[in-house]
Amino acid sequence: MIKDHDLGLLTVSSARAAVQERQTTAAALVESFYTKIEAEDRQPGQINAYLNLTRERALQQAKRMDAVVDRGDPLPPLGGVPIAIKDVMVTRGVRTTAGSKILGSYLPPYDCTAVARLEAAGAIILGKLNCDEFAMGSSNENSAWGPVRNPHDLSRVPGGSSGGSAASVAAGTAVAALGSDTGGSIRQPAAFCGVVGLMPTYGRVSRYGLIAFGSSLDHIGPLTRSSKDAAILLRHMAGHDTMDTTSVDLPVPDYEQEIGKPMRGLRIGVPKEYFPDEMDAEVRSAVEAGIKQLTDVGCEVKPVSLPHTRYAIPTYYVVATAEASSNLARFDGVRYGYRSPNAKTLAEMYRRTRDEGFGAEVKRRIMLGTYALSAGYYDAYYLKAQKVRTLIAQDFLDAFREVDAIVTPTAPTPAFKLGEKSDDPLAMYLADIFTVTASLAGIPGISVPCGNSKDGLPIGMQILGRHFEEGTILRLAHAFEHAQASTAA
Amino acid sequence: MKITQKDVAYVASLANLDLTNDERVRMEKDLNAILEYVDQLSELDTSNVAPMTQVSQLGAASKTTADPLRPDELGECLPHEAAMAGAPQSDGTFFRVPKVIER
Repeated sequence: MIKDHDLGLLTVSSARAAVQERQTTAAALVESFYTKIEAEDRQPGQINAYLNLTRERALQQAKRMDAVVDRGDPLPPLGGVPIAIKDVMVTRGVRTTAGSKILGSYLPPYDCTAVARLEAAGAIILGKLNCDEFAMGSSNENSAWGPVRNPHDLSRVPGGSSGGSAASVAAGTAVAALGSDTGGSIRQPAAFCGVVGLMPTYGRVSRYGLIAFGSSLDHIGPLTRSSKDAAILLRHMAGHDTMDTTSVDLPVPDYEQEIGKPMRGLRIGVPKEYFPDEMDAEVRSAVEAGIKQLTDVGCEVKPVSLPHTRYAIPTYYVVATAEASSNLARFDGVRYGYRSPNAKTLAEMYRRTRDEGFGAEVKRRIMLGTYALSAGYYDAYYLKAQKVRTLIAQDFLDAFREVDAIVTPTAPTPAFKLGEKSDDPLAMYLADIFTVTASLAGIPGISVPCGNSKDGLPIGMQILGRHFEEGTILRLAHAFEHAQASTAA
Repeated sequence: MKITQKDVAYVASLANLDLTNDERVRMEKDLNAILEYVDQLSELDTSNVAPMTQVSQLGAASKTTADPLRPDELGECLPHEAAMAGAPQSDGTFFRVPKVIER
């Protein structure tokens, strides 16, 4: 029997093993999670990671898994593992809102590929997780359904936009979660909540069924308690999908096997641009200690330069908002979602639906993106940003001729207070300063916990790798976790 | 200031937004602050740089051999009923919207 207080320690493999070895049933495990969610997540002032519980779907899947065990058969690779899904991924017949009023009662007619693949591998979907509206935000304060609170300190943000995903894993109300990352939305909340967050290479995981924000920047990835769990989940959702032509038809490695490969001789680059003089002292010392531990396990560390780093935030906020303004044009009150009841003409209906349905940050980004694409400004903003994006990607391609991975802080500070930056959009955008570069270049990145501030707030270390070399960064993250655990012990 | 109230109104009309008076004032302030920050991109000479219009080509083009085009065959598609089920207003066959043309 698994005790309730142990739910927060379960990993993908230990949860599956517990069901396989009959220490519990999948159905009982699901019920324990719902009890914990009701007690710790759903009341006013609590974490608020879950928007919607998918009890019926979860229990049906749990029964299927229990039947497998009853027959004496081996469970599928994720059999009986309770996970939760960021509410920007559509789930057939299950309310999917993207954190927005405009999709307040939307029931999608199909399943997101990544979700369907995990479920096909036996995973149990507990529910849908809170996030910034349309994944636009770095603190989860832009959700139409209220902010998520950081489980380490309820007065602080969990990061964003996958705030619910990071908080649920940190709080132990899910074994693992899916998030999406457009400029840091998996890695930054993972750092703030002290969990592992992996953004795979652009094209590694199908985006079919991910509600689009910036189509050239959107990625689906796992948030987990360990790099090994991230490796397992990635393996089961990656690979070509005919429904997303940008998903790449490359073989998917057995990442669980990849992480066990030896470390010796791996070359790690440390870019000076990510350690500015004015940076947070606790973040600096935690990440520097992390780099030291990587050398202790056999890596060679060398300085590298990514000279266009400082242009990444302005580039990102032009490209991402331009794409968003185009993607969000589909929300017009005609085919699905909210429609304003206060309109007499079609044009009025479009405008009122959007005015009433979208929140402030989404409107701001639609306006910025529309401006950047409008006649007379396209060359100065959008085209310019697309060119600088080439330079930023080239910085990485150059650096990866010298090193196999790059290590940086994930975020410039630990989790900040609720409300601290919500009135200053530019200050909020700077929370993504170390994560947007990889998003723009399309390379994979992982955030792993690398210590705590003196206030007990988690700090994350980011490891970036070459295109389609998730195996290398997972291996480094895994070795780092082990080195850290043995130092602590 | 790059953006005026007139620009805010024009861009809002392009984006099919109305915005309240308060929202327009706030938007002018926010967009100007963000665009001022974005202007540092002009420091870079990009006259010989190609825009990045594809992401997957960077890492994958050399590694993948698959034809990106699927065979042109009729596949499964969403049943009409399911596609209409989320419509705010529908007659079962078509989406209903307010009158488009006044006679």
